[in-house]
Amino acid sequence: MKSTMKRHHVVAIASSVTLALSLAACGSDTPEKPEGSGTGTGTASGDCAAYESYGDLSGKTVTVYTSIVAPEDQPHIDSYKPFEECTGASIKYEGSKEFETQLQVRLKAGNAPDIAYIPQPGLLKTIVGQFPDSIVEASAGTSANVDKYYAASWKGYGTVDGKFYAAPLGANVKSFVWYSPSMFADNGYEIPKTYDELIALSDKIVADHGAEGIKPWCAGIGSGEATGWPATDWLEDLVLREAGIDVYNKWITNEVKFNDPQIAAALGKVGAILKNDKYVNGGIGDVKSIATTEFQDGGLPILDGNCFMHRQASFYAANWPEGTDVSEEGDVFAFYFPGMTADSRPVLGGGEFVAAFADRPEVAAFQAYLSSPEWANAKAKATPAGGWVSANSGLDPENLVSPIDKLSFSLLSDTSQDFGFDASDLMPGNVGAGSFWTEMTSWIAENKSDTQVLDAIQASWK
Amino acid sequence: MSTITESAASPATPEPSNFEKLDMRADKARVTLGSRVASVVAIVIAVLWTIPTLGLFITSFRPEADIKKSGWWTWFTNFNTTIDNYVEVLTGSRFELSTFFVNSIVITLPAVIIPITLALLAAYAFAWIDFKGRNILFVAVFALQVVPIQVTLIPLLTQYVKWGLAGSFWTVWLSHSIFALPLAIFLLHNFMKEIPRELVEAARVDGAGHVKIFFQVLMPLLVPAIASFAIFQFLWVWNDLLVALTFAGGDQNVAPLTVRVAELAGTRGQAWYLLSAGAFVSMVVPVIVFLALQRYFVRGLLAGSVKG
Amino acid sequence: MEWLKQADTTGEKFLLMFVAIALFVLVMGVILFVVDRISRPPKWVLVLGFMGPALIGLAFGLVYPALTTVKASFYDANGETFVGADNYVTAFTEDSFQQVLGNTLAWTLLVPILSTVIGLVYAVLVDRTRVEKFAKTLMFMPMAISMVGASIIWKFMYEYKAVIEGLAPERQPAQIGLLNQVLIWLGLEPQQFLLNGPWNNLFLMIVMIWIQSGFAMTILSAAIKAIPDDTMEAARLDGAGGMRLFTSITIPSVRPALVVVLTTIAMSTLKVFDIVRTMTGGNFGTGVIANEFYTQSFKQANYGLGSALAVILFIFVVPLIVYNVFQMRKSEEMR
Repeated sequence: MKSTMKRHHVVAIASSVTLALSLAACGSDTPEKPEGSGTGTGTASGDCAAYESYGDLSGKTVTVYTSIVAPEDQPHIDSYKPFEECTGASIKYEGSKEFETQLQVRLKAGNAPDIAYIPQPGLLKTIVGQFPDSIVEASAGTSANVDKYYAASWKGYGTVDGKFYAAPLGANVKSFVWYSPSMFADNGYEIPKTYDELIALSDKIVADHGAEGIKPWCAGIGSGEATGWPATDWLEDLVLREAGIDVYNKWITNEVKFNDPQIAAALGKVGAILKNDKYVNGGIGDVKSIATTEFQDGGLPILDGNCFMHRQASFYAANWPEGTDVSEEGDVFAFYFPGMTADSRPVLGGGEFVAAFADRPEVAAFQAYLSSPEWANAKAKATPAGGWVSANSGLDPENLVSPIDKLSFSLLSDTSQDFGFDASDLMPGNVGAGSFWTEMTSWIAENKSDTQVLDAIQASWK
Repeated sequence: MSTITESAASPATPEPSNFEKLDMRADKARVTLGSRVASVVAIVIAVLWTIPTLGLFITSFRPEADIKKSGWWTWFTNFNTTIDNYVEVLTGSRFELSTFFVNSIVITLPAVIIPITLALLAAYAFAWIDFKGRNILFVAVFALQVVPIQVTLIPLLTQYVKWGLAGSFWTVWLSHSIFALPLAIFLLHNFMKEIPRELVEAARVDGAGHVKIFFQVLMPLLVPAIASFAIFQFLWVWNDLLVALTFAGGDQNVAPLTVRVAELAGTRGQAWYLLSAGAFVSMVVPVIVFLALQRYFVRGLLAGSVKG
Repeated sequence: MEWLKQADTTGEKFLLMFVAIALFVLVMGVILFVVDRISRPPKWVLVLGFMGPALIGLAFGLVYPALTTVKASFYDANGETFVGADNYVTAFTEDSFQQVLGNTLAWTLLVPILSTVIGLVYAVLVDRTRVEKFAKTLMFMPMAISMVGASIIWKFMYEYKAVIEGLAPERQPAQIGLLNQVLIWLGLEPQQFLLNGPWNNLFLMIVMIWIQSGFAMTILSAAIKAIPDDTMEAARLDGAGGMRLFTSITIPSVRPALVVVLTTIAMSTLKVFDIVRTMTGGNFGTGVIANEFYTQSFKQANYGLGSALAVILFIFVVPLIVYNVFQMRKSEEMR
């Protein structure tokens, strides 16, 4: 892994060369320690036009609390620079791996941050329900930005009981299958365009390589306390494909029950891959080994040539060891997890949302900034290593560097296709971050039947 | 009787050399359990207990790809070594690593000294002052050990916010001190009441009050007990993430080393292998403390003072 | 007074630290000075002087939160509506709760006993040897590794990769976990240590035993060193050998310390959830009450149910209290 020192230099170089925004204004900050004072030197020039509406916020401070920690925090902090320089406000960033727990503790104790990045809409719902006096509705500027730059559905995820609280920030695409372009080329395999082709390809891999012990799929759903989430993503992708977006959205609200035949059919399709000993678990073991393999390790057998495909989100890019070329002609890349037909290309994704816990003008302004195209582009430029996209339509894809981010953005911005937001993130916590995870885990680890699993999840929905 | 008191109380202001002398005297009275079988058992336990740590230590010097794709023991045959992991741990943060070290030390020292002092005094009262309800109160204090720290977070933080203390070192010191008390009182009380009654009685006959007995008779005898508890309190505070994170927050002005180590794995745990190096960086200080305090684990403080 | 709260530079932080310690010493000094000055002080003044500060701290920091928890256990998830014993009913009727109870019981029995036995044997064996300090440091080290480190250490012990049928030997997935590599060296099949119940519980407990033995060893070593040499000497003159010395002198002499160590480890075992949480997440039949409590309280924001689980945890401590009271009586009699 590249040290952050180096990365800062890259940031500095990238900024001074390509940024129209005069980041040179922060020349007083040493490149190694860009956290600086943030107040700028007051020489920020012309490009501040877009920031005029925020007014003069000199001397004001906004605290931001997120689950994003080093090294991913630096691009976020850098992306606040234009705002800080043009308005004079300073942003105090704090990231923690224990964010979800800590945020609720802080809210209960009356120690809320000004702004928090909520990683799931489900958590937003919980917070609105439990702390209606702490959370404040999204500022007018935020709301206007979201109306303008985001699809209506994205605004919906940040809305609870008809009130809009939280604006979308980053996004990720989950409908990806990671593969090795060179392995595919060597075997003459084509990227499948439909679900049937995907299964046909899997069968062909079994026929071609099964005897050598090489399998089409590898997977891992271990994730400590969150073990099971990758399996829920599988089911979500297939509900989206098998039953369509309407059923998918009704499933999220439990209008369509977990033990509904349509969901059962989708689970059957997942089982046809994940619980098929011929298909899994390439380079790791049997079906059960999926349950104990950490999700970070789940796709690595592709590098050894022991497995051909691994279904995981765009952010899996960070798990390939240093030196792996992640691109269409490189060591590994991802293709879109195909739909039922070549024309139907629904996308499963997720993202985080910005909620405010104070209604001071600088907080409102900063929340609005985070939903603006200015921020999205600043963030893209501040992320030279890639690994970040947004569903903000004002984002210029040219600012995205990594091939997988570009591909993600092209999928996210294709409004002609259905977008399904990660269902488990939208369901109530005890299901979406509880029984759904644990039951999918038993489904694999203990070979629990489809019916038993779906009935158990449904029973936990109260 | 009074001579006995003196002989036991003489190391009241112990020079280290005194300790060593005592230890040497004890060595002469060596009891040999040391048959061959015993040595073998000891070595087997030591090896079993060290292997996991050794594995982590070797891992911390291996390149990422090796860590993910082969067992750490293959390092012995494929001597592929890097210090990249340590470089990332030491320099990968937005802040100087030394800031976190300073915070950890500033948090830990008072959080060790304060509860031990309070617990010693309370344990003394439980052991040597006869008062009504003593046993019930003692059992109550001891039972408080079971309260998980997690249930205290919200009530305590609420108070700290009201007092305007949230985010300062004070909250962390206060909380750690309180959380340590039940175990500290329990442990120290146990050592305290093991001290022969004759010693205390003798001092009383000589006209010493409780405060004097506590400082002059008991404290010197409790050195090993204090040292052993101090080690553990040091460790718990040093390795604590939850208390510091909740009461002080992750701000660089107060966040201890554990906050930095915990985030090494990255937002989605993709850099988990860095934790190996992180664990050793944060382990250095506790191990030094352990080695430093070991000299106080000496035998023979009571030698000659009581019947066999 | 702002500087008392906010310390930005290293110098200020250390200054603040010394101020805090000095302040504490001053307050305690005044209290003890006053207590000492009163001639023939009434007993309550003495007791208050010695334990007052500790008791105030405990009341504020532990008793009050514990009572809040008991209260919250009778309320709903948000702590707003009184629901009677509903949370307890939910807890006990949960499918897997029997298993969780059973696991917790196994943990609180096996971990303290095994850690203590290993710690004691090791402390005795290395006592007075040339390599004592070094040997003790080895067993102490697991305690010094923070939980974060421990969680990945054991990945390198337990991680499973199958020997895949048909795959050429040179392409077989490399084992990452040492235990499975050892099994392969022995010509056996690799095992899913964390998956297959009920043994997976044991493999999780081993992690805790590995950590806690160092605690047992350190405390017991201090106790062993407090055994007067004459006692040992006398027994030896009577012709007692190694084993006899161990059972008839060492064990009785450190008995109170053994009780303390057993109790303390049992208490920490009851509360520990990081191991289960990071290694299996409570899946595969490895749940324990502490983990359920944590999940409900902090992950699912169900404070009512979480609190009820914490109260159930409190109840587990009753047998420990009874045991200790019994031991206390016994030692009172001996005094």
